[in-house]
Amino acid sequence: MNGPLLEVADLNVIYKTYEGTVAAVNGVEFSLEAGRTLGLVGESGAGKTTTALSIMGLVPSPPGIITSGSVNFAGKNLLSLSEKEMKKIRGNHISMIFQDPMTSLNPVVTVGVQISEALVAHQNLSEAEAEKKAMEMLEKVQIPGQRYREYPHEFSGGMRQRVVIAMALACNPGLIIADEPTTALDVTIQAQVLELMRSLKEEFSTAMIMITHDLGVVGEVCDHVAVMYAGRIVETGSLEQIFGNARHPYTLGLFRCIPDIEEETSKIRPIEGLMPDPLDLPSGCPFHPRCPQCMDLCRTVVPGVLDDGGHRVMCHLYGKGGAVHG
Amino acid sequence: MLRYFLKRLMFLIPVLLGVSVVIFSIVHLAPGDPAEVMLGPSATQEEITNLREQLGLTKPLYVQYGIFLTNALKGDLGRSIKSNAPVVDEIMERFPATLTLAVLGMIFAIAIGLPLGILAALKQNTWVDALCSFFALVGFSIPNFWVGLMLMLLLSIYIPILPSSGFDSWKNFIMPTIVLGIQTMAVIARMTRSSMLEVIRQDYVRTARAKGISDRLVLTRHILGNVLIPVVTIAGIYFGHQLGGVVITETIFSIPGLGRLIVDAIRAQDYPVVQGGVLFFALCVGIVNLLVDLLYAVLDPRIKAQYRAAK
Repeated sequence: MNGPLLEVADLNVIYKTYEGTVAAVNGVEFSLEAGRTLGLVGESGAGKTTTALSIMGLVPSPPGIITSGSVNFAGKNLLSLSEKEMKKIRGNHISMIFQDPMTSLNPVVTVGVQISEALVAHQNLSEAEAEKKAMEMLEKVQIPGQRYREYPHEFSGGMRQRVVIAMALACNPGLIIADEPTTALDVTIQAQVLELMRSLKEEFSTAMIMITHDLGVVGEVCDHVAVMYAGRIVETGSLEQIFGNARHPYTLGLFRCIPDIEEETSKIRPIEGLMPDPLDLPSGCPFHPRCPQCMDLCRTVVPGVLDDGGHRVMCHLYGKGGAVHG
Repeated sequence: MLRYFLKRLMFLIPVLLGVSVVIFSIVHLAPGDPAEVMLGPSATQEEITNLREQLGLTKPLYVQYGIFLTNALKGDLGRSIKSNAPVVDEIMERFPATLTLAVLGMIFAIAIGLPLGILAALKQNTWVDALCSFFALVGFSIPNFWVGLMLMLLLSIYIPILPSSGFDSWKNFIMPTIVLGIQTMAVIARMTRSSMLEVIRQDYVRTARAKGISDRLVLTRHILGNVLIPVVTIAGIYFGHQLGGVVITETIFSIPGLGRLIVDAIRAQDYPVVQGGVLFFALCVGIVNLLVDLLYAVLDPRIKAQYRAAK
């Protein structure tokens, strides 16, 4: 395929609430090649999920409004499509895995029907054909096909997440957006689910956006990384660029938060302060109130993006070509 | 499932026993003497004493209760003092009208209340929502005897298209059905609206939308299936409530049903009919509750699983 599968440019999303306007996503830009995996990293409230929902056309409205930007998927700007056209994309070409498998499956509908309904909607399959295909999908996620007629409460958390994965993969989409797919699971189950996702992604050669706040997950499954802070992508690059040569003080801070089994725990250095109030973002660089290397310039001017061989950083430290390590 | 059903059926026994004790006590502790009422003011003291003897009213209360209970278990609720007909026959003669009315009232309540609640939730915070909610509030707040009288005034007197009393054609049922069902309708509408608003925000609805299936399927399969669970609870409770409402409705519209039978019996101090009628109402409410519980299992597989585990 020529060009990237997905190209998000200048995406801006706001939520209009009673307390005021929340700037949830501010000028997000990234792209993703077919079959590759992008890790979207950041703290809760950084705008990761809103970015994902914008791609799906599922930003809850009201209160959400996409004020500008474009989401080009396989040559089409999804933001300009009608709801009817978007329905043909959702679940068929792009599907989404949500965070909590305990709540993302309907308790009163059998798992089989929840998998097969996307097949019936998109692939013109009869109920019987869809059932057969759904059973195959269950087998793919290592659940016996005859459990088709069972309800979500009859499955464990890890199995439910595998059902959700089967659902997402049913129509063999070009892109899967996984929103913290392992956060709600036990650590041992996390590893299984991640491994399963990775192998199925290879098998179906699906591109994936992996939303997570866990850099360990990113290191295991992603090719590219984008770090989000307060609705902006502050640093992006290949896995090697980010893990080997992180530049943004926020990214560096995130890495310092990972405990190292070979070092003493007192060496974990959390990032001081909290995420800014999205109702009232700081002027200049949104990270400046927490940044250990904050300069006067940071308080007033939003930094531009420095692109160094695909490694993009949004920070004044590198703004004038200087490569000062933080 | 069958065993669970039978077990639940057994639970009805203590409930009915309790009701029988309460109703028996109230009827027999109430002032007034049935024998005096039956014989009228011109009766002599001797005549009254004889009749009391004949009716068994001179025996101690617990003996009377024992006789009543043993007979009731055999399906004999005694004879009406007024008509001398068996109480069971009187009840069975009147019951079809009451059951028809109660079922029609419920159908009306669901047929109007459910769509109203769904519409209000789908159009949340618009004038449609406000109108539906206002309608539901009004329906719940105005007393149903007043609704009955106003409807009668409007549709039987000013625009005489419906009969104000009687029980011979389907037209007779229209106004009583509305009067009986309007409160339940309002409650169902409000319950449906709030349940819808809660379910719409659930993760699984977002998951369903993310699959690109039609809005219709999202509503019918994913939203309504979950919305109905609390609505059925409320409808079940209000069905019992409606059976009580039948008394008023039947009186207003002169429908010869069970409610009227009991009211008339209370006035005439025809205590066997009062006892038998109330006991029969209690049985009906118990059966309806049982059916609602079974309906849960159909709607919610989690509850069905509990039933299976509980056997």
